[in-house]
Amino acid sequence: MSRVIISGGRVLDPSRDFDGEADVLIEDGRIEAVEAGIEVRGAERIDASGTWVAPAFIDMHCHLREPGQEYKEDLASGSRAAVAGGFSAVACMANTDPVNDDPSVTDYILARAREHAAAKIYPIAAATRGLLGEVMTEMSALRDAGAVAFSDDGKTIMDSGVMRSVLEYSKMVDASVIVHAEDLCLVRGGVVNEGPISTRLGLPGNPSTAEDIHVARDLRLAALTGARLHVAHVSSAGAVDLIRRAREEGVRVTAEVTPHHLCLTDEAAMGYDTNTKMAPPLRSAVDREACRRGLCEGVIDVIATDHAPHAVHEKEVDFIEAPPGILGLETAFPVVMDLVRKDEISPLELMRRLSTRVAEILRVPGGTLAKGAPADIVLLDPERRWVYDAAKGYSKSRNSPWDGQEMIGRVIATLVDGAVVYHSDRGVLVH
Amino acid sequence: MIGRDLLSIEDLEREEIQKILETAEKMCEIGRRDVKKVPTLRGRTIINLFFEPSTRTLSSFEIAGKRLSADVINFSPENSSLSKAESILDTAKTLDAMDPDAVIVRHAVAGVPKRIADVLKAPVVNAGDGAHEHPTQALLDMLTVYQEKGQLEGLTVAIIGDITHSRVARSNIHGFRKMGAEVRIAGPPTMLPPNPEVLGVKACTTLREALDGVDVVMALRIQNERFRGACFPSIREYAATFGLDRAKLRYAKDDAIVMHPGPVNRGVELAHDLTDHRPSVILDQVRNGVALRMAVLYLIAGHQSEAGRFA
Repeated sequence: MSRVIISGGRVLDPSRDFDGEADVLIEDGRIEAVEAGIEVRGAERIDASGTWVAPAFIDMHCHLREPGQEYKEDLASGSRAAVAGGFSAVACMANTDPVNDDPSVTDYILARAREHAAAKIYPIAAATRGLLGEVMTEMSALRDAGAVAFSDDGKTIMDSGVMRSVLEYSKMVDASVIVHAEDLCLVRGGVVNEGPISTRLGLPGNPSTAEDIHVARDLRLAALTGARLHVAHVSSAGAVDLIRRAREEGVRVTAEVTPHHLCLTDEAAMGYDTNTKMAPPLRSAVDREACRRGLCEGVIDVIATDHAPHAVHEKEVDFIEAPPGILGLETAFPVVMDLVRKDEISPLELMRRLSTRVAEILRVPGGTLAKGAPADIVLLDPERRWVYDAAKGYSKSRNSPWDGQEMIGRVIATLVDGAVVYHSDRGVLVH
Repeated sequence: MIGRDLLSIEDLEREEIQKILETAEKMCEIGRRDVKKVPTLRGRTIINLFFEPSTRTLSSFEIAGKRLSADVINFSPENSSLSKAESILDTAKTLDAMDPDAVIVRHAVAGVPKRIADVLKAPVVNAGDGAHEHPTQALLDMLTVYQEKGQLEGLTVAIIGDITHSRVARSNIHGFRKMGAEVRIAGPPTMLPPNPEVLGVKACTTLREALDGVDVVMALRIQNERFRGACFPSIREYAATFGLDRAKLRYAKDDAIVMHPGPVNRGVELAHDLTDHRPSVILDQVRNGVALRMAVLYLIAGHQSEAGRFA
């Protein structure tokens, strides 16, 4: 029997509302006990003094690009970036090539993941074939193959009739439908948030109303169908409000927000850096504050990275041609620690939004340090300062607006099923 | 001396604008000589890097460079089938390796000259980027108004047309405001930017309101190929509501002048006779464009020249 004790840390277990000093005993890859002063002969000891010990993060929104775009990222590199960022599990979006709209693709992803991934991989399957927004995918077969949710992320299902069918049908497999809510007719080629910044930059604006309209539509369709709706990357104050009201009404809706929408605004685009281009775009300070408040008040359930790698040559073009999206896995924790430092959210609550609540929405293991749970654990130093160098990161791509910046807060170690797969001094330990 | 690059009017100080205009005034004289050439930039290389088709601005920069005796090379990647696969930055870096003394950049997307300037050794002049800025156009417009009115301070300028998609409008708004003029914009609401207040202008939705008592009327070209249907229902309706003719011009001051960056859609932005005759100063703008660009090239690429050699 292998035994590991993580000792002397501040344990944060949102699943049991526990925040206090304790040791964590791991036996054969599972949590055995969390209590003060654990002594077990022959156990390996990890000194966690000065660090937070929490359930490892789970990202319900990332793009790992395999199959088909391995030059941007693959399951090996993306999962290494994940564990380096404190994530033991990630859910990868379906906009691969081919699209994950068929069980054979889901099988392929899971087989490759078993072989090469450093983190647990949960595929999200497409909601419609080819992400075309026309014909539903075989949700039952995809669910059986291992898909944890359904989404056409990156695209919006513009036909409300199709969207209704997707929601109705999803009830049969009891999985969330994740929506990228933007009215593309209103976006009309907009590449930055419409407002003072787009006016000054002379770049086509994308109004936040485009997001509000589709969030409103999808919330009404969720109410109509009773299905589980999950709103991806909420970025507008209007969307936060709509979700708040729908929740009060009892609509089954959950929502996520990205670190970049929590901590950056459209001002970041002033230098025309294409690493500030994403969809939905970085918005105004008012929107950012609404997203932060929404997260802290529980209107928005979780933080998700929308990790979207693109090769340097794809981003080194003009702002309109550049593909939207930025890296997120390796910087998520220090970036969102801004909310703790500004006293907007407690450490325990932040951990809940990075793990426990995500596991609940996806209905996957993890997000808890309860006895018997897999020992997916992260050790965090909330004060440690370091400089993020995207070129030295684990992702194959470098498209980050935080490249070269000093970060406060560092992942010290990530454990998956009791094994240390990442340590800040030694790097990723999976080969 | 102005800064290394000329990327936008928004970044310029009033004193820098003043300096460029004063230098351009002196350059005007060269264009009136029999031999329109001075040795100021002899041995200097200027590259016109135009990713977007242009005849007027390109010719103007080329003549300006040649009148200063620079070697001027025009490079238009859009005309070359090979360039499709080459990135903008690769193209720019390739040209930079040939050690030019200035690179003039035009591109259909906002921000490209800035991104190029970030990586180039040579100074960069923005010759128009998307709907962002067209600084030399605004400077030549200010020069023209200055020559007509003797000052810029205290004037009122109305800019009419598709403001949202106009780099000429943005540069002129910043420029005239920095020089102490008041700027109004007017056009169908679909063509006005969402937050005109960040530009410091008053937005009007009728021509009458915009023209009331102004010193300068600047009409913008309607890009009907791009925006028909999206921003206005028909040319006929645009011409009727925002097209200028002598009758509508009566709302402006008696001595108001009419400007247009060209090329004019006759009968749309400007009535035919208004295009060709005073108070229109369109050809003065074109003429001043050469002198103004000579001034910019001199100030940017001629910094090691002996002062005053052009004179």
